[in-house]
Amino acid sequence: MSDFGSYLSGELLTGLQTTIVLFIASAITGNLLALPVALGRISQRAWIRYPVMAFMLAFRGTPLLVQLYIFYFGVGQVLATVPTIRYSPFWPLFRSANGYAYVVLSLNTAAYCAEIWRGAILGLSTGQTEAGRSLGLSKYRITRSILLPQAFRLALPAIGGQNILLLKGTALTAAITVFETMAAANLVRAQTFRTYEPLLAAALAYFVLASVITSGFKVMETRLASRY
Amino acid sequence: MAWLNLLSFGDQGWSDELLQGAWLSIEISLCAYLTGLVLGLFGAIAKLSKSVVARSVASGYTTVIRSVPDILVIFLIYYSATDALSYLISMTGLSVQFQLNGFVAAAISLGVVQGGYSTEVLRGAIVAVARGQTEAALAVGLTRKQTFFLVIIPQMLPLALPGLGNLWLIVLKESSLVSLIGFTELVLVGKMAAGATRHYLLFYAAIGVVFLVMSGVSSLVFHYFEVKASHAWRRK
Repeated sequence: MSDFGSYLSGELLTGLQTTIVLFIASAITGNLLALPVALGRISQRAWIRYPVMAFMLAFRGTPLLVQLYIFYFGVGQVLATVPTIRYSPFWPLFRSANGYAYVVLSLNTAAYCAEIWRGAILGLSTGQTEAGRSLGLSKYRITRSILLPQAFRLALPAIGGQNILLLKGTALTAAITVFETMAAANLVRAQTFRTYEPLLAAALAYFVLASVITSGFKVMETRLASRY
Repeated sequence: MAWLNLLSFGDQGWSDELLQGAWLSIEISLCAYLTGLVLGLFGAIAKLSKSVVARSVASGYTTVIRSVPDILVIFLIYYSATDALSYLISMTGLSVQFQLNGFVAAAISLGVVQGGYSTEVLRGAIVAVARGQTEAALAVGLTRKQTFFLVIIPQMLPLALPGLGNLWLIVLKESSLVSLIGFTELVLVGKMAAGATRHYLLFYAAIGVVFLVMSGVSSLVFHYFEVKASHAWRRK
């Protein structure tokens, strides 16, 4: 392999590791967080519902790039003025772009997936809840054993799509200095003045990752469908 | 209240710059939206066509757009559009130093991404128009072209409206990405303001609020049209 080729693949592989770790971490946190958020969104209690609505509105109504900027530059700056945080041993954690990227991507995914869950839960017929109630099940039991399993099947295709969007979102974290695939491509571009090779190689890498995620969700869907 | 001063209009504050940036964001989103719809219409027609070539080209396009990060596509289109145009100009024998206008380049690159999403929405809406409509139109002697533009398109519009609203919200937020290729829209203006004044949280939060307002107003407008369309539908 040529000099350029080995340089490019070396940088891209380094970036790819960050992309994969960031994706898996935020996907797990975001998808788990989506459930309580969705339940809060459809809660009967106003003091739970309204804050959750505001959270979802804020994260679904603004660009991911702006959210990353707000957290990394904005919140990061404010945290630096708090002495207990600034001089605590955890400060490197609050200073790293990777941490902020993880938090923002997780919250963003949680907000979008919560909307999907909400749609799926509300899409179930009310007869399901009524049947559960007439069997004397508790509210918790109805949600856990009747509503959520059915909603999960309805929501799964859309959740798969949202996770692809999350993968695409990780590329934006390059803007807040996270060294992932996109940043690696940009570095090679700046160092070698070659535009197309690094960008196309990065595109190919994302394409492969996205195909893996898509087929993973396909497997989950068929498994889930065959159970019923 | 230093921050009120920073967000005032005029020499001291940045609000006029931010509003200008917001207006540019809207302009670029509109251009990209329309570009995307045109591309999407072609894509949808290609996906539903009988030709294998057209179908595979269209599905390749949507697959790539769906799985490659938008910012990467925007970078690729942005650079290749400039290169391709300078190549074309050099072919004609002119030796003009060529630089693609930033607005056009940004709108094209954003529009290509948007076209991938639009293809799916429009394809879904076209398919949802009952098959009998096409058959009836062909039976009364309309050509295929007439059938498409006079029968299918008017009927699919109300069906496509929710999807079109979503597409607009997506492109509005996605317009923030062209700040990364150096186009001074809202986000880049805010970034410059934040850098100049060192009030990062304030300005990024302000941008967020402007985006919230823009998407909020857009959803209201689209909701109005949806209600209107459903009424018009029912009356017939």
